[in-house]
Amino acid sequence: MGVRRWLDAWPVYRQLTGTDPLGRGRAARSARSAGLVPRTDEADRVADSVCPFCAVGCAQRVYVKDGRVTQIEGNPDSPVSRGRLCPKGSASKQLVTGPQRELKVRYRPPYGTEWQDLDLDTAMDMVVDRVLDAREKGWQETDRDGRRLRRTMGIASLGGATLDNEENYLIKKLFTALGALQVENQARI
Amino acid sequence: MGSNMAEAHPVGFQWVMEAKARGARVIHVDPRFTRTSAHADQHVTLRVGTDIAFLGGVINYILSNELDFREYVRAYTNAPFLLSERYRDTEDLDGLFSGYDPHTASYDPSSWAYESVRAEERSGCREKEQTDPFRHGAAGPAVEGTAAEIASDPELRHPRCVYQVLKRHYARYTPEMVERICGVPREQFLDVCRAWTANSGRERTAALVYSVGWTQHSVGAQYIRAGAIVQLLLGNIGRPGGGIYALRGHASIQGSTDIPTLFNLLPGYLPMPDTTHEDLAGYVEAIGPRHTKGYWRNADAYTVSLLKEYFGDAATAENDYCFDYLPRINGDHGTYRTVMDMVEGKVSGYFVLGQNPAVGSAHGKLQRLGMANLDWVVVRDLTMIESATFWKDAPEIETGEIATERCRTEVFFFPAASHVEKSGTFTQTQRMLQWRDQAVEPPGDCRSELWFFYHLGRRLKERLAGSADERDRPVLDLAWDYRMEGDEPDGADVLRHINGIDLRTGRTVNGYSDLKADGSTACGCWIYSGVYADEVNQSRRRKSRFEQGPYEAEWGWTWPLNRRVLYNRASADPEGRPWSERKALVWWDEEKGEWTGHDIPDFELTKPPHYRPPEGAEGPEGLGGDDAFIMMTDGKAWLFAPSGLADGPLPTHYEPHESPVRNLLYGQQGSPVRKVYGRPDNPSNPAPPEAHHEVFPYVFTASRLTEHHTAGGMSRQLPYLAELQPELTVEVSPELAALRGLVHLDWAHVVTSRAAVDARVMVTDRLAPLRIDGRTVHQVWMPYHWGHTGLVSGDVVNDLIGVVADPNVLIQESKVLTCDIRPGRRPRGPALLEYLQGYRDRAGITPRTGTRIMTAGDDDPGPPHMEPGQDPDQDPAPPEGSP
Repeated sequence: MGVRRWLDAWPVYRQLTGTDPLGRGRAARSARSAGLVPRTDEADRVADSVCPFCAVGCAQRVYVKDGRVTQIEGNPDSPVSRGRLCPKGSASKQLVTGPQRELKVRYRPPYGTEWQDLDLDTAMDMVVDRVLDAREKGWQETDRDGRRLRRTMGIASLGGATLDNEENYLIKKLFTALGALQVENQARI
Repeated sequence: MGSNMAEAHPVGFQWVMEAKARGARVIHVDPRFTRTSAHADQHVTLRVGTDIAFLGGVINYILSNELDFREYVRAYTNAPFLLSERYRDTEDLDGLFSGYDPHTASYDPSSWAYESVRAEERSGCREKEQTDPFRHGAAGPAVEGTAAEIASDPELRHPRCVYQVLKRHYARYTPEMVERICGVPREQFLDVCRAWTANSGRERTAALVYSVGWTQHSVGAQYIRAGAIVQLLLGNIGRPGGGIYALRGHASIQGSTDIPTLFNLLPGYLPMPDTTHEDLAGYVEAIGPRHTKGYWRNADAYTVSLLKEYFGDAATAENDYCFDYLPRINGDHGTYRTVMDMVEGKVSGYFVLGQNPAVGSAHGKLQRLGMANLDWVVVRDLTMIESATFWKDAPEIETGEIATERCRTEVFFFPAASHVEKSGTFTQTQRMLQWRDQAVEPPGDCRSELWFFYHLGRRLKERLAGSADERDRPVLDLAWDYRMEGDEPDGADVLRHINGIDLRTGRTVNGYSDLKADGSTACGCWIYSGVYADEVNQSRRRKSRFEQGPYEAEWGWTWPLNRRVLYNRASADPEGRPWSERKALVWWDEEKGEWTGHDIPDFELTKPPHYRPPEGAEGPEGLGGDDAFIMMTDGKAWLFAPSGLADGPLPTHYEPHESPVRNLLYGQQGSPVRKVYGRPDNPSNPAPPEAHHEVFPYVFTASRLTEHHTAGGMSRQLPYLAELQPELTVEVSPELAALRGLVHLDWAHVVTSRAAVDARVMVTDRLAPLRIDGRTVHQVWMPYHWGHTGLVSGDVVNDLIGVVADPNVLIQESKVLTCDIRPGRRPRGPALLEYLQGYRDRAGITPRTGTRIMTAGDDDPGPPHMEPGQDPDQDPAPPEGSP
């Protein structure tokens, strides 16, 4: 090892002689850190997305490797956000990959004291039964003056402001066909 | 105003900072000093709930000094139009407009009409919720005739012209009055007036930003109207750098309003049919009547196309396109009404979809008691939220009001797919749809709402197949055949159907002007028509901002028709020339014979400025070349709203439902048509002239932190965010802390007639005591994100709030109430209930408190407005719709 290389391996020397007098960049680099690459470089693919929190609509890039989300960053191309994300948007990888996510259907029977497991397919069928039952219980064909109502007051729904337009569309369409009109979301709040 | 943009919409706030760096003056008018105030040139503290008094003062300043942008006002607003002789102002009736009925607490608006318009005589007042805003949707009811036929005075001098009526209405909103009501020193107020007017006009524009600090009031719609009047008088609408920005708080809350999961609307702001709409023709006539101007005249095409999308081949001209399949509303079916019906056992099942009412809705206890009295609830969310676990860990378990073993509600929790696990569009706060590509598959049982509702519908159709019951026809005839990718419906195909399809060619239409009323087009939401123009998903466009101009038309897609600034025809003068070179946006190109500019013109492209409609023309053809406000039935922006609002044609200062102060302007204390729900489980704190309001002496308000998101379901569970904001706090001024013995970082509890909640005390100058009409009024602030699940937990702040609502939109008044605050922690368990009863007893609170809402004049104030069956002195009402 020559003297020059020996000196170059010494961060203080690099800091004093190089282009990084504050020692926050090249001067502080070690052999190990020189070999590091951001995990965004290792992604198999990047999906264009949008932050799910407030309504500013900051553009996100979702980095995926081996079928898992490895990083979510702001997209500098966006004329809305210019690549920036706030603390919530910056935490959205935790939102989608964190251990707080529930991954299984849970069921609490009437008067039950604990959650139980339930198969998704069975749960869907049980909801179908209950929707038809509640529709029947709350059905109103006409009002007191005989004017047509054709509706059920047995079913209510709340939510939509965190969901996609396409989802809101199907929700409203299906409930309307069922005669359920107590359909509301955060926009009323 | 009414917004803490730097903290609630931080990334959007970069544009305010950008403007400031280029010389713009930033003024923040808000009760609390926040990071938005810190970045502003000027912060003005005002008492919560007094913004209309402040804005009325600005209007008065503009009009008494003739600082309005006169050419703009004359050409584009209804300022010159004359009102009917029957109209009486709040100045004449002690705070009421003409047409008030104290027995129904509602208005007959017929006397608010223009002079030459034949007012439709109505026999008395109908139910409050059947008044205009609910019948006509966003269009508002029609005014008959075209602008040319309405009596007007272009000189704006006639005593009955809108300009003069406006002037008189606000004449007493003087700087002195603003100081007495809002607590804003006169000089500070005048500073704002001077800055606002000096930065408006031909060469300059000013923008106005608000958030739910303006909407969550019993007069919320009128707050926005007041802001609109100022901006119209100053010529700041439809022009670059102008406008009114409604900053909304959820990723697609704009979308869920446009494509509404709301009881009173169908997609594209078509009203939900009510019992007075007997058939399709009657419905269409109520929205876009014959002989009116503007694009709502084509409501038949929008409606028939929607019905064709809903019911496909089953919808034919012969059967009125299945219009009869639509359920009818006949009153208030808002979420708070529904929750009260749950408490009363009238609702069987409840879907809760990515929302957490146990924490996020006003009066959390009512929400939880309602859910504990259902047959079943389906909760779909990313994580286990309070609205799914109320049966075992609600605060009411501790007080004994809910017992797990006796709680009958069956609960289904379905895990939801996250925003990266499905593809689809969010509509952000400036009406821009942005498509998200799916990044990964959802794990485990997690599914999108698209999957859940598609398969729920499919299974329901299978279950009902072969049914002869007429009631099942709408489900069986429902068009439900979207393109599938595996077992997931293709969101892009749903968006295609929302855009609209020409049924003769099978191709997407290019915009709402392609829609037909003859059943040859299907369209799920007419205002979104164009988002799939040319069979291309326009919302997926991602052309970099580095590669396109200042209006970035090729990033996402904005409704309507990718126009970024609404009503931008008003950026040019009546002759079609920009008001100034500095503020040019769109203009008439005489050579090409079309409108052109930096934005896509919000106007018929080839209609020249000098175009005058032939006699009898209606709809879009009826709009003149200078009728910039193309959705309005008279082509003009409404300073005075001749119809369409439940609570009056002009914004008027009323005190909040709960206030420590008497209304200094009128005998009428609060909004005379605010929606109250008088019942034992929804008590109100007394307000003057009622006695004992001093038991709750302080003004309370609540809002967001940057690091949490609404009810906390998407933030309290995340380690980063939980660490950044770990604990619920209550902010008080040093003066109030001294008065009540509150110590910084110690515990205190805030009390209303509904609840008491614990929090750590934050003593800060960010809240300042105000001088209101010679006495000191203190204000208290809390963030509202906490609940009992998650990495950080705390009491539910929304439990403090009762339910009283704006009569136009049924949004609750949660931004202002009264409270008490005490050092130390609140009592727990059954002792808490006794403690609250003690407060109610001292304040003399009964279910009638706050429900005798007419206080103007010396006339009969009418009955208290109690919930049916909740007043011991009244007979219970018969149930609605009993067979």
